[in-house]
Amino acid sequence: MGKYLLKRVVLAVVTIWAVATITFGLMNMVPGGPFLSEKAISPAATAALEAKYGLDKPFIERYLTYLGDAMHGDFGLSLKQRGRTVSSIISAKFPVSAKVGGIAVLVSLLLGVPLGVLAAYKRGTAIDSTFSVLATLGIAVPSFVICTVLMYFFGVKLRLLPTLGLTSWKHYLMPVFALAAYPTSYIMRLMRSSMLDVLGQDYMRTAKAKGLSQGVSLFKHALRNAILPVITYLGPMIAYTLVGSFIVEKIFTIPGLGGEFIKAINGRDYTMIMGTTIFLAAFMVVMLLIVDIVYTIVDPRIKLK
Amino acid sequence: MTQENTNEKYLVDIRNERLSFFTPAGEVKALNDVSFKMKEGEVLGIVGESGSGKSVTAYSLMGLTAYPGRLIGGTIDFNGHRINDLSESEFREIRGNEVSIIFQDPMTSLNPVYTIGNQIEEVIRLHTDKSKDEARERAKELLTLVGINEPEKRLKQYPHELSGGMRQRVMIAIALACEPKLLIADEPTTALDVTIQAQILELMMELREKLGMAIIMITHDLGIVASMCEKIAVMYAGKIVEYGTTDDIFYNPKHEYTKGLIRSIPRLDAKEHERLVPIEGTPVDMLNPPAGCPFAPRCDNCMKICLKEMPPVTYFDDVHYTQCWLNQKEEFDASSKAGKEGADE
Repeated sequence: MGKYLLKRVVLAVVTIWAVATITFGLMNMVPGGPFLSEKAISPAATAALEAKYGLDKPFIERYLTYLGDAMHGDFGLSLKQRGRTVSSIISAKFPVSAKVGGIAVLVSLLLGVPLGVLAAYKRGTAIDSTFSVLATLGIAVPSFVICTVLMYFFGVKLRLLPTLGLTSWKHYLMPVFALAAYPTSYIMRLMRSSMLDVLGQDYMRTAKAKGLSQGVSLFKHALRNAILPVITYLGPMIAYTLVGSFIVEKIFTIPGLGGEFIKAINGRDYTMIMGTTIFLAAFMVVMLLIVDIVYTIVDPRIKLK
Repeated sequence: MTQENTNEKYLVDIRNERLSFFTPAGEVKALNDVSFKMKEGEVLGIVGESGSGKSVTAYSLMGLTAYPGRLIGGTIDFNGHRINDLSESEFREIRGNEVSIIFQDPMTSLNPVYTIGNQIEEVIRLHTDKSKDEARERAKELLTLVGINEPEKRLKQYPHELSGGMRQRVMIAIALACEPKLLIADEPTTALDVTIQAQILELMMELREKLGMAIIMITHDLGIVASMCEKIAVMYAGKIVEYGTTDDIFYNPKHEYTKGLIRSIPRLDAKEHERLVPIEGTPVDMLNPPAGCPFAPRCDNCMKICLKEMPPVTYFDDVHYTQCWLNQKEEFDASSKAGKEGADE
């Protein structure tokens, strides 16, 4: 286990380095730059700015400098948000996204898993078909449609829920719903199909023959065997959801990290692009490692080597 | 009625059980008029080919009939319970407690994600009010009983860490945890290799001596029933076509199917070039069973009436009976030879 972890950490560093390198290269191939704007800035001023941020140096030198700094935990200053470091922006924005996203993850788990189990248990009935229609809707309808429809009915027509900001629990309802719709539906479908598989297994017949109740049978014997696909999905899903959705944050005016990704790319805020990408990559790598460890806890047949 | 009396006398009393699977393709009549009785401690073998209804009969006794199967007629009495009338929660009291079962494939019958100990203790704690520690003690006792060494260590192991024979022993331990009145063994050795097979059967017989439970042995291995069972029910197409003591079935078979089965057993005393005699043909299509005797199309001595009408039951003594027109004919010939009225054909 210790050896395995060490191997994974080394691999994680290599993965993050590869992501950083590719992003750095791609970013520099995109035309434009951080200091272009409608207002003409004098060439002298542009040159001075570029010199300040080291953008006048050759590509390789900038790349090596960036890597060196990043390894010391210094992700540089934002090129667009005057005077703020990339780390400070991420540490200010991430908690906001993570809170909304975290609630959405919890909701999708707490709803998706039991509903999937129920759909499998009641296969072929009206409940099953209803759930399956709802799940298909949740997967097919894009989040911006969900957001705007929710906003129109609950915010504008009924005036029940506030449409912007994040100041009370009521503010969370619509964004969380919009964020959780897809993962809930997806988890429900995963859960249903793997549960159907497990319900047909011989050991489920054994459980019944022992005289166990349906509840114990389903939630003790079946669930633990059927949950693996959901755990696989959960790793990347948690990373993406906690980091924040650009669309949902934009529509509900949530000051989260999701918006920063797009803002950084549009503004060619090079250091910010690198910072957010590396942050997401690192988060993802950690989540995947956690998924692997959780596997071994849930299914004793899986051994990490 | 006399129901109470029969309940006292018999552990299992199944009368005219009819069970069908309602599939999209139509009704599959899996059991047609199955009747048999078992005394306490008796060992009954149910033999027959795949799809003849052996397992379905046993499963219905435990309420394990798979969807879309449904009991549509007859009565099943077990240990004073009228199985037909039991609610799901009443059934749960019986399952694993008064009647338990060992399945065919020990490799897949244990839950892979829980330890052996957990799976044995679970059933003990469900049906008794033993504490966690007492249940663990009992589990250890059971593992020793089924001949597993180092029980302490095994309790902490997962199914995938044990061999097939070992897992079947664990299944037996689970089945015997609450000292059931009846143990159903559904082809318990089919998935095991021959040496392990012998060990498991020996173990079952030994445990029966010790604990005195009745056993229903479902198998298509006639060798097993010959050595283990007191009574044998031969099933074909959802019917018990012949029922009798082991001696009746092996030395005095009456039904053509039973005779065929016995002819197809390899014998040690066979001459060198003697061939085994297979039963020709294929099993009946249970979706469209024939009007007459289901075995008629494969029977060497098939008569006209066999294709038209189901034969009535012919009793030879209190135990031995069969459902075959040939025996009916013999009886008929005997009675007409004796002289009296011939009755219409």
